Amino acid sequence: MSNNKKIYDKGIVFTGLVIFLALITFPFWYNRGIAAPAPEPELTEKAKAAKECVLPADEMKTGHMQLLNDWRNDVVRNADRMYVNEHGKEFNMSLSNECLDCHSSKEDFCDRCHNYASVKPYCWDCHIDNPKEKM
Amino acid sequence: MKNYLLSLIAVIVLALIAYVGAEAATWPQYVFGIIIPYLAMTIFIMGTIRKILGWARSPVPFRIPSTCGQQKSLPWIKQSKIDNPFTFFGVIVRMVLEVFLFRSLFRNTKCKMSKGGKIFFDLEKWLWVGAIVFHWSFLVVLLRHLRFFTNPVPGCIQFLEQVDGFIQIGLPGIFLSGFALVAGAVFLLVRRIVIPQVRYISLASDYFPLFLIIGIALTGILMRYFTKVDIVGAKEILMGLVTFHPSISANINGIFYVHLFLVSILLVYIPFSKLMHMGGIFFSPTRNLANNSRAVRHINPWNYPVKVHTYDEYEDDYREKMIEAGLPVEKE
Repeated sequence: MSNNKKIYDKGIVFTGLVIFLALITFPFWYNRGIAAPAPEPELTEKAKAAKECVLPADEMKTGHMQLLNDWRNDVVRNADRMYVNEHGKEFNMSLSNECLDCHSSKEDFCDRCHNYASVKPYCWDCHIDNPKEKM
Repeated sequence: MKNYLLSLIAVIVLALIAYVGAEAATWPQYVFGIIIPYLAMTIFIMGTIRKILGWARSPVPFRIPSTCGQQKSLPWIKQSKIDNPFTFFGVIVRMVLEVFLFRSLFRNTKCKMSKGGKIFFDLEKWLWVGAIVFHWSFLVVLLRHLRFFTNPVPGCIQFLEQVDGFIQIGLPGIFLSGFALVAGAVFLLVRRIVIPQVRYISLASDYFPLFLIIGIALTGILMRYFTKVDIVGAKEILMGLVTFHPSISANINGIFYVHLFLVSILLVYIPFSKLMHMGGIFFSPTRNLANNSRAVRHINPWNYPVKVHTYDEYEDDYREKMIEAGLPVEKE
């Protein structure tokens, strides 16, 4: 490559470069530098008192969807509603009656992270929000 | 050593560096999660601009479009407007189709011998199929990743996610593009290794990007379906990068740093390698020129004024001597 030489077809080349830069820097200008820290899911008093969920918090964070999927299969296919975790604690395998009992606000708990990560779980296609919560 | 093994080992070593580093201590997480991605992005953008300006400075002395159809001629001869473009608009149509559909690759042929010993050329579409699967799924995967780089996530990206994830087997739902990307890349890799003629002309720099991209795709699939990663923590790190509030707050699995590091390597690698074909396609004289040299005079840009001595001047110099010698002259 040699320098100090004429740039041919300047108009087209620079138009192309501007388009390239605009596309490649999209996330930078789209967010306009507004910090977006991870949302804090809100724990209810009941959840705080229980201290630990079905599995340790880290495992729940990454694996709750698979746990729920396993639960569903167990309940629907084997009619088994009992789950025992590693501490021997028993749980009723039910999203509406067990999970949402502690985490009673879908909006303040589930949705916060799901919206942040753009996840649309199909749980809510059937399971309505916790009936205890006024719609 | 076999050059594909060399490339494979290079990618494995890079992955191990990131994994061991990120798992061993906290400070390498800042290196792999903040410093290297920023550096890689800068090198990618600067390197690409430099390369493109370099190409833009290279003169194209001749019109050399590859013509794949009848050129513009007499009015009653039908011109092939896309395959032999005469106007700038025709060139644009041809270029768009080339970029999005790889039409020139679609024409790929293979020399074969019939049973009677006759040589003939047969269409060979597998390379085109592999290339289409690979490039399009890579684009979809790339666009899908915008969900980690935008807040709120634009509707079109969410729509793309839904279309891509329409198969729901277990949880999390399956993104087809990720698996199509691995399949496409593995096909292109196997093709290079298995076909002797292609292997003969393949260099380490042909295998390295394939292994690198396969590595990136596999670590991504690993994180999503198997080892699992704290997705919210991962997005927080990436959002920190694009909003210039870099931070490493969450404790994230080392696989995430391997993924990010390999992507950084890919970004740095692009401007200095054959992967620049993504910019180079627009600078291909065989594709970006209109075949109009019968109508327009194109002057070689490096032509310089040539010093000439015409016959008139020659005769002026030697007229008397020519007359003496009995040679015919134009002016008496």
